[in-house]
Amino acid sequence: MLDILGGLLLVAGASFHLLGGLGLVRMPDVFNRIQAGTKATTLGTLLSLAGFACLQPAWTLKLFLIGLFVLFTNPLSSQVLARAAHRSGSKMSTLTTVDVLEEKGDMRADAK
Amino acid sequence: MVDFMITLAAMLAGVAFLLALWRFFQGPSDADRVVAFDTMTVISLTGIALIAYLEGRGIYLDVALVYALLSFLGVIVVARHLERGL
Repeated sequence: MLDILGGLLLVAGASFHLLGGLGLVRMPDVFNRIQAGTKATTLGTLLSLAGFACLQPAWTLKLFLIGLFVLFTNPLSSQVLARAAHRSGSKMSTLTTVDVLEEKGDMRADAK
Repeated sequence: MVDFMITLAAMLAGVAFLLALWRFFQGPSDADRVVAFDTMTVISLTGIALIAYLEGRGIYLDVALVYALLSFLGVIVVARHLERGL
């Protein structure tokens, strides 16, 4: 029974990986790609690791550590990357209407 | 049944990896390539865990942990470089 649950979680996680990769190809600009490429794959990794924990219960602690690490670092790296892309002057899609970071002003630019 | 599910999951993750690889080579800007690299490493975590399960060796999960750490550091460093902060 636990095996079936683990397999289902594994397939669900891999499906989220596939959605993330698809978003990476289909999205119009860098910022949308960052959203698709990190959010979907974070959830996909967590589901996959949960699936492996169901398949092999002895590994639960180590898998939990990896999941916790991914949960902490992935949003951080995506945020740093989005800020870097914004500061290095990446163009937004024409569908984007609000740019809060531009409106607030760049703190580093103010300092100069 | 479970074997089929594992095969299906491996195929889906492999297709996702190939899509990210396409963006890595195609990407118009540097930030696109870094995003694709980040996505590929996160997908690779699932791949490493899958190999650990298939081989039945728990020690490979430590490899996955160190891999996650190093890829995170790599993405941060390249992002700082794009910002001209490093």
